Amino acid sequence: MSAPLLRTEGLAKSFTLHLQKGTRIPVLRDIDLTLTAGECVVLSGPSGTGKSTLMRSLYGNYRAEGGRILARHRGDWVDLAGADPRLVLEVRRDTLGYVSQFLRVVPRVSTLEIVAEALTLRGTSHDEAVERARTMLLRLNLPEPLHALPPATFSGGEQQRVNLARGFIGGHPILLLDEPTASLDADNRDAVVALVREAKASGTAILGIVHDTPTRDAIADRLFHLTPLQAAA
Amino acid sequence: MNAPLLDAPLLEARDLRLSFGSIRALDGVNATLWPGEVLAIVGESGSGKTTLLNVLSGRARPDMGQAIYRDPEGAAHDVHAMPAPQLRALHRSDWGFVHQNPRDALRMGVSAGGNVGERLMAQGARHYGSIRDTAIDRLRQVEISADRIDDLPRTFSGGMLQRLQIARTLATHPRLVFMDEPTGGLDVSVQARLLDLIRSLVARLGIAVVLVTHDIAVARLLAGRILVMRHGQVVETGLTDQVLDDPQHPYTQLLVSSVLQA
Amino acid sequence: MSGYNFAYLDEQTKRMIRRAILKAVAIPGHQVPFGAREMPLPYGWGTGGIQVTAAILGQDDVLKVIDQGADDTTNAVSIRRFFARTAGVATTTRTTKATVIQTRHRIPETPLRADQILVYQVPLPEPLAKLEPSRAETRQMHALAEYGLMHVKLYEDIARFGHIAISYDYPVMVNGRYLMSPSPIPAFDTPKMHRMPALQLFGAGREKRIYAVPPFTSVRPLDFDDHPFRLIRAPHPCALCGARDSYLDEVLTDDRGGRMFVCSDTDYCASRRDIAEAAGEAA
Repeated sequence: MSAPLLRTEGLAKSFTLHLQKGTRIPVLRDIDLTLTAGECVVLSGPSGTGKSTLMRSLYGNYRAEGGRILARHRGDWVDLAGADPRLVLEVRRDTLGYVSQFLRVVPRVSTLEIVAEALTLRGTSHDEAVERARTMLLRLNLPEPLHALPPATFSGGEQQRVNLARGFIGGHPILLLDEPTASLDADNRDAVVALVREAKASGTAILGIVHDTPTRDAIADRLFHLTPLQAAA
Repeated sequence: MNAPLLDAPLLEARDLRLSFGSIRALDGVNATLWPGEVLAIVGESGSGKTTLLNVLSGRARPDMGQAIYRDPEGAAHDVHAMPAPQLRALHRSDWGFVHQNPRDALRMGVSAGGNVGERLMAQGARHYGSIRDTAIDRLRQVEISADRIDDLPRTFSGGMLQRLQIARTLATHPRLVFMDEPTGGLDVSVQARLLDLIRSLVARLGIAVVLVTHDIAVARLLAGRILVMRHGQVVETGLTDQVLDDPQHPYTQLLVSSVLQA
Repeated sequence: MSGYNFAYLDEQTKRMIRRAILKAVAIPGHQVPFGAREMPLPYGWGTGGIQVTAAILGQDDVLKVIDQGADDTTNAVSIRRFFARTAGVATTTRTTKATVIQTRHRIPETPLRADQILVYQVPLPEPLAKLEPSRAETRQMHALAEYGLMHVKLYEDIARFGHIAISYDYPVMVNGRYLMSPSPIPAFDTPKMHRMPALQLFGAGREKRIYAVPPFTSVRPLDFDDHPFRLIRAPHPCALCGARDSYLDEVLTDDRGGRMFVCSDTDYCASRRDIAEAAGEAA
């Protein structure tokens, strides 16, 4: 029996667009989701049902409007909904990893340093972090000559692999993957599938948005279905 | 359930108020800065962000309210009730201030090494060799080559001057650095290098930073938390990426949507 | 001389200057403002020193005036004559016989005694003025004893020249508290100020400041642990008296590169020659 690592209770989220005369767009309502160690849950549902919004709310990138987001952090349950920003940052550093579709980094910093930073922030020595970053990038088929370059000029697929390397290297107990294979070719998709399987085997709880069916079938233990809400006028 | 975070804030603003005539530059501002974190203060010109920085750092006095600083021994000090010598000593040791224009802080007629060493000498350092060693170390930290140590700042480029100003601040291992538009007025390529430098220095040295900027992208890259100001009031505060990606207040939504996408 | 008060200044002015002197003595090294008067000679010629001398001079005093160590230069002669005429006091060129010595840019080689007063003429009393242009700021720095900036100047010297290249007006700490300009005396003379038995008074006429070093007060030159203060002296004996311990002036003797080094302190040099002559006759 695996232990739950992430749980939402009655999670709700809507957006109020003050610049559009205060239009309110409800996106999520009454989301009860549980994620246990070693399992991979994939969000399903047509586009516009709030899969990305749910991911971002879980990560604290969006502010949850109602309900609770409970994460197992250093042996305790913490509620991330409305938590102190410092707690959220701490949970992100140690417990909750997130691979987004977009790479947002300081310009000029080398790819290798960007990936290694995920480890040095948690106290790994710089040398070891760089070494592990190199290994991880090679696993994701990002050739060594690119490691010293900042990723700003990389192709979409290359940037995504940098993002994946950064997400997987930290070894967070909970990992959120937002379309990790969207712009990858078959070989790289296989590399991602292997990484996910390894992470699951080591007890990581994974929540993903995956649109390509082969990858989804390869990694998902179960699907979590989201249904669209009617937008209020 | 949520474990309380036991450590104490480094700097606290409590209901700060300051008016210039009929203009309310600060209208009941509360803020907290924790050890080792970067707090960005954003807003348009005239929103009161620079005034807040000046009041927090004791360079300006509020009409009402307090700024409380906690020293390394844990004792709390009201910044504006502190005797002048103590506040000046704080500015030369535990605190640093990075101005938008480095010429406001540097002594342009004194060599780079002398500029960095001044804080040490002010603290009583009286060994030339070790002052120089420290200066070389700090210059290296900001990526200025050691062979520039005896050059006058006027021979430096704008980006180098800004890095020299940071090196000068770092001389005494500050715990808290106030930054006023540190990347303003620099070319974008120079700006990027400086951002990278500030980010890595702050992370490596565990320095807490109050960063005033009108550039939301700078806030996003450097700050863990953000405070949005308008008309002397804090309209929104929270995690930087949350406030910028999911702004709640109408003004923040306007601010974020007004940014040009590169 | 009729028509003038004793020692030129009126008694109210002397009283005001004495009050400033008393305060200056009470706070060694601290610059005390005073209402400097117009004197019958231009600023820069010793108006500050003359006013201090005028305020402390009594009828029994014996006055000596030196300029760059010499008793016989224009400035020294005219100031000595000024007090001889306006106060009628005795004057001398002998350091040992004087009770008040007014000086520009030197301290006599002969050690001074507790019953003597040394009055310095000071052009620029603020040692930080060249580094920090704001008067308000330098006053604040003195008030808080923040003198790191002065060390920055010394640091710059070492970085640029390999040593502290201040050969005159060498900044000193008085009584461990105030940074002070010793007036433009050579750095060679600076150690003589330390724990000097005589009272040292400083007058700056144009800048309207008086400061003092009371007898037996600590006066220390600023330096670094690894670059300590060092005496610099021309490596020659005096060409006239043979002294190897005195501060020397370089004198050009012709237009073909001929030169000699002689004591800057004319009285010291003359005394040594008198003694040598007497010893020679006795032999």
